[in-house]
Amino acid sequence: MITQPHDHLVKSYDEEMSRLTGEIAAMGELAAKQLEGAMDALGKRDSKAAQRVADNDDAIDDQERRISGDVLRLIALRQPMARDLREVLAALRIASDIERIGDYATNVARRSMTLNLSAPVPLVGSLGPMARMACRQVRESMRAYVAQDTELAYSVWERDADLDALYTALFRELLTYMMEDQRSITACTHLLFIAKNIERIGDHATNIAENIWFVVRGETLNAPRARRDLTYDP
Amino acid sequence: MMALDIYARRRATNVVAMLLSGLAAAVGLAFLIWILWITVKNGLSAMDFKLFTKITAYADEGGLANAIVGSLIMDMIALAICAPVGVLAGTFLAEYANRTRLGAVIRFLNDILLSAPSIVLGLFVYVIIVLPMSNLTHGAVSFSGLAGAIALALIGLPVIVRTTDEMLQLVPGTLREAALSLGIPQWKLTVQVLMRAAVSGIVTGVLLALARLAGETAPLLFTAFGNNFMVANPLDKMASIPVAIYQYTNDPNPALHAIAWAGALLITLFVLLLSLSARWYLHRHQVTHD
Amino acid sequence: MTEGTTLLNPPPASAQTVAVTVAPPPKLTVRNLNFFYGDTQALKDIGLDIPEKRVTAIIGPSGCGKSTLLRVFNRIYAIYPNQRALGEAILDGENILDAGYPVHKLRSKIGMVFQKPVPFPMTIFENIAWGIRHHEKLSKSEMDGRVEQALRRAALWDEVKDKLKRSALGLSGGQQQRLCIARSVALKPEVLLLDEPTSALDPIATGRIEQLIEELKHDYTIVIVTHNMQQAARVSDRTAFMYLGELVEFDETEIIFTKPAKRQTEDYISGRFG
Repeated sequence: MITQPHDHLVKSYDEEMSRLTGEIAAMGELAAKQLEGAMDALGKRDSKAAQRVADNDDAIDDQERRISGDVLRLIALRQPMARDLREVLAALRIASDIERIGDYATNVARRSMTLNLSAPVPLVGSLGPMARMACRQVRESMRAYVAQDTELAYSVWERDADLDALYTALFRELLTYMMEDQRSITACTHLLFIAKNIERIGDHATNIAENIWFVVRGETLNAPRARRDLTYDP
Repeated sequence: MMALDIYARRRATNVVAMLLSGLAAAVGLAFLIWILWITVKNGLSAMDFKLFTKITAYADEGGLANAIVGSLIMDMIALAICAPVGVLAGTFLAEYANRTRLGAVIRFLNDILLSAPSIVLGLFVYVIIVLPMSNLTHGAVSFSGLAGAIALALIGLPVIVRTTDEMLQLVPGTLREAALSLGIPQWKLTVQVLMRAAVSGIVTGVLLALARLAGETAPLLFTAFGNNFMVANPLDKMASIPVAIYQYTNDPNPALHAIAWAGALLITLFVLLLSLSARWYLHRHQVTHD
Repeated sequence: MTEGTTLLNPPPASAQTVAVTVAPPPKLTVRNLNFFYGDTQALKDIGLDIPEKRVTAIIGPSGCGKSTLLRVFNRIYAIYPNQRALGEAILDGENILDAGYPVHKLRSKIGMVFQKPVPFPMTIFENIAWGIRHHEKLSKSEMDGRVEQALRRAALWDEVKDKLKRSALGLSGGQQQRLCIARSVALKPEVLLLDEPTSALDPIATGRIEQLIEELKHDYTIVIVTHNMQQAARVSDRTAFMYLGELVEFDETEIIFTKPAKRQTEDYISGRFG
């Protein structure tokens, strides 16, 4: 198994590849910060802060465009093969996953602004641990990406089940709450969507982990795993 | 400033080297022109129609008619012997014995023959042809035009062997591989492709060999000997231009010296003509392989 | 976990074979092949199956033995003293390396095209007819047909049909190389060996030859040696990677260029320090 490849004969290729990796890591960190910012604004009922988070999404979109451009140039000018080719392809896919993570963080921020229009809902607090876990998943996946660490990637991939379990529990809780107090239905629906967004962020972190596996091992990580979202279980 | 010094020194070295090599070339050319000039000056004044009508005689009325005919006959016989043998031997070296020990040995021996003193070759033919033939004629020393031609052939042979060998080796190996990879046998490849590709070089080699042997005197002294009569029978003693020149210059009569000069000019012109036509032919039929 | 498999417990092999294409029968089977230039061993224990009517590419750094391997297949190496091949190369059940296997028969079955285009110093027509004439006796009209067919096969007919009587040396490099392919094809071989056929050609001429390879593989088994990895990726079905006289890896071209099994292969095709 090839874990750490040799350097390229053409040094500038290695430089370009590590620049690409750096850009993606920075983009991932930005997305994680966006989620944190959105959750912070949600907790503090701070619509201005939420608006700032939403405005920030353009920066992530810009970064994705830049990375696409870099990937295009690398393919055209360097004609990567084998692992290099997988790396470049994965960079493109990971950037797109991070871009989606950024979108979900923005969604959370926007919904928090809507929530601020009505009375506070007590259950907001239980979203905190779930969001923190999602952030950790994103950051760990970035760490695994930079280090090309399949073990770390695999642990991110496995831990998604925990996030799904948290979501399922929260779903049931919110459902009970809505049945008890019909006036809270609107607010709770927003919370439910926020929870779903966070759960989706976790899925994208999982995608990133799968891409790392693909880069290093040349095969897809598709072993069966505990089912993720049990909310639609009959 | 350092850099300027270095460049100045390089320029100076370059100028010195250019001057020295130019001087060397000039010295060589000067002698050549000098030789040609003297030959033309002395030869032209003696050039006369009588040269071609009168036979050699040690009197004022001498000519070169029998020497010209003798030279032509012997040169042609020599060429008829050495051209086919030389081309075949060169082909053997390039196509069948290339990169083998046998080929290396033959090439080495051929080079020795190429640089052997021509008088040695004359003596060799004297021993193996003239003496045995003398035994047949019961003791009378049997010089002959044929023996002279054989000695001349020995001069031309190594030249032709070498040029044929080299010209065939110049044909790119890929051409051989391409033909052989079609299942074509070696002989067909040699005759129908390689010879065709190398023919201009080989013809040039033959012409140069002819130019070389036409000017030889030494191998003829003990073989064709010379003859003051017009003969066309190659088994007889035979006159030739170089030998006639040699004999005329040994005579105290200055009129004969003039005829010798004219003969020298004739040979020079003949060789020049051959060289020029060889060049022309090579130029015209040059085949590029790139 | 409903299925009985995990990462550590992969599914049985039968479940995977669905994705694998059925390999065609080998046209040329090489076993225990060793090759020597004098005392220097250039090929070490090579073994591979060259599939019929497919393009097999051989890649590797200079001096890895890829051209040598190709030159064994029609015994062209044998024209030089001191070159020896030991082992087996089985073509239609017979070992072509046996001294008893007639070389002219072998070379009519296995044609070869070289790196530099080498037209013979003859007319375009004769370049093709000359080789045929040695193997078959054809009438004038049959020969005309064969020459045209070969030139068409090499996608050269339209360009040269009006100047068949002109010297082949006047053609462009790309045309000359297609003429060389036509010359080999004219003998109706079964295997075509191409030794870096486009390394002396410009990209357009290269593209034409690659298109030609694509068309020829329906009728011929093709083995191509190339320095250009993209070319190997473009034209071949299977790729062999050689290094220092050994066959390192031989697999589907797609696998070699996306996830080779050996580190040496990976380093070579992605341009890394080995």
